[in-house]
Amino acid sequence: MPRVQFEDIIKTYGRVTVLKNLDLAIDDGEFLVLLGPSGCGKTTLLNLLAGLLDVTAGRISIGGKDVTDLDPKDRGLAMVFQSYALYPTKTVRGNLKFGLAAHKLDAAETERRIGWAAKLLQIEALLDRKPAQLSGGQRQRVAIGRALVKKVGVFLFDEPLSNLDAKLRTEMRLEIKKLHDDLKSTIVYVTHDQIEAMTMATKIAVMDAGVIQQFGTPDEIYSRPANLFVAGFIGSPAMNLRPATIAIAGGKVAARSAGVDLDLTNYPYVTRPVDGQDVVIGLRPEHFGEPGASVPDPAGMFSLPVQYTEKTGGDATAYLKFGDSLIATRVDPEQIGRFKQGDTIQIAFPQGKAHVFDAQTGRWL
Amino acid sequence: MSSIAEASLNDLDGIRAPRFPRKPKGITGRSIAIIVFLSICAAFFCVPLYVIITTSFKTMDQIRQGDIFSLPAPFTIDAWWSAWDNACSGITCTGLKVGFFNSLAILFPSLVLSITLSAVTGYALALWNVRWAGGFLFVLFICAFVPFQIIMIPLIILSSGLKVYGTVWGIALVHAVLAMPILTLIFRNYYKGIPQEIMSAAMMDSGSFWRIFREIILPMSGNILIVVLILQITSIWNDFLLGLTFGGLGTQPMSVVLANVVITTTGVAAYNENMAAALETAIPPLVIYFVLGRFFVQGITAGAIKG
Repeated sequence: MPRVQFEDIIKTYGRVTVLKNLDLAIDDGEFLVLLGPSGCGKTTLLNLLAGLLDVTAGRISIGGKDVTDLDPKDRGLAMVFQSYALYPTKTVRGNLKFGLAAHKLDAAETERRIGWAAKLLQIEALLDRKPAQLSGGQRQRVAIGRALVKKVGVFLFDEPLSNLDAKLRTEMRLEIKKLHDDLKSTIVYVTHDQIEAMTMATKIAVMDAGVIQQFGTPDEIYSRPANLFVAGFIGSPAMNLRPATIAIAGGKVAARSAGVDLDLTNYPYVTRPVDGQDVVIGLRPEHFGEPGASVPDPAGMFSLPVQYTEKTGGDATAYLKFGDSLIATRVDPEQIGRFKQGDTIQIAFPQGKAHVFDAQTGRWL
Repeated sequence: MSSIAEASLNDLDGIRAPRFPRKPKGITGRSIAIIVFLSICAAFFCVPLYVIITTSFKTMDQIRQGDIFSLPAPFTIDAWWSAWDNACSGITCTGLKVGFFNSLAILFPSLVLSITLSAVTGYALALWNVRWAGGFLFVLFICAFVPFQIIMIPLIILSSGLKVYGTVWGIALVHAVLAMPILTLIFRNYYKGIPQEIMSAAMMDSGSFWRIFREIILPMSGNILIVVLILQITSIWNDFLLGLTFGGLGTQPMSVVLANVVITTTGVAAYNENMAAALETAIPPLVIYFVLGRFFVQGITAGAIKG
């Protein structure tokens, strides 16, 4: 039985429709990440679940119970906010205590829970400080603590790490993941950061324009994107998407783009391609390689001039001019020094790694 | 000169003499003009104040000599005492003290009433979904600009219907009612500046209107409470018209008693007593300004609340 279920959710503001007939079910113990660009409706969806916004139409149930018309405090949820939203005039202890305001617990149990959460998050030494005296990472821990003390089954996170610096973000990411493993609770986590989504989630729902574009495990979403939006959104550098035309000749299927043929004979088509069909091919930067050694049986060979290169420590990317646009290829950072602007280099793309999308519908073929 | 400057800089730990020292800024013609202008402005207020203060400490004999700028000789506080204790307003000669205590009796209930009501209303309008909140705000806005004189007669009829006309409670109530629109708008705008997420967190944690107000919002309102307090104390203490029209015999506030003291003249005008009475009436708001003024500036400049 799913713990959290959205059924036919519609949310409109005046004439603007934010969520369109959305259905989503989250199993017990799942770590669901709602991922999408700004304005895709992911935070709206979270606020609807929290009860901070009302649905225009639809039903939300938690643990089989319809909560659509319940107040936020009665839904059995806890939420961590992007700006931490700590009460500035209360101490850390006071903040955690107010987290239990609607729970009507006796003093001993309240203290026990505060002690437990403080120990788990290593904020015991900070209990008598005010939020203004804490660093960003500490505030984030307190905000998580205020959610933990409630001991509810479902935790909501609204971009909790986006106000932290890169190093702290990595640390907290691991810690939230660890908390989920320890507590086995259901987590709904909103972010626009695909690294967070890929590293933490057990399931990802990629959203765009108020619609869930794909719902699946991180691996599924990465290796089998359902449509062009997901393909372009997941992955950094992004997948190279090129318009192409299907050419079928003598039992061989190929996609032709800017004079280069890419062999797609062994591609696992959902629907049979037609000769002359317009498609979009997606090629991940990391699949490109040098002809010969690393790609013994290439599906396509490209001979392209280097436009510019980027080096980020352990990674390097070369941008090559292909027709009137650029394609990104992952290259060995040791080798990138050889690539000069304007040099033409040979690269190969292996068999069975390309993605093909219908140019009209944007769907995976 | 330069060697001294270098020596003093060399004394600083770990800093060598700067290669590009900055020239000290001298006094320019522009700053002289500003200083002169400001001095004239200051004199405009200070000269009458000087005359009032010195006169209040003079004897009537010295005042009759006609030199208003002279210092008091002999120096006496008789006028201050008689203005407080036995100056005549009309036929009663009990001084300002009756008015002082009336003013206090008006001040406290109307402060409590107006600030409590407007803080809660402002909180509800700013942070909760109130039906017709927009229309209600518009009405408040209009009300804040209705002059008291227009509604004075109906208010007198209303308050006599409520059997509070002529009592200090009546004056306090009318003060509170008249202050409500503007105070509610002030509180509402202040609470609008509280981050939405804090309110959302409170909704998830407690969800209780009163508990959130008491535990979260009220403790965050320190600055604006000081602002409103100063605003209200000053306006209630300095009010004359309302005290005059709503006050009965023996329930008039200090400002009305002061006016009567100054107007009532038997024989010679007692300038020293009048000046002392005026100063005594002006002291309470001044004290409030000196004590709370620091917070006042913080309060009106505090826009957003940082976590």
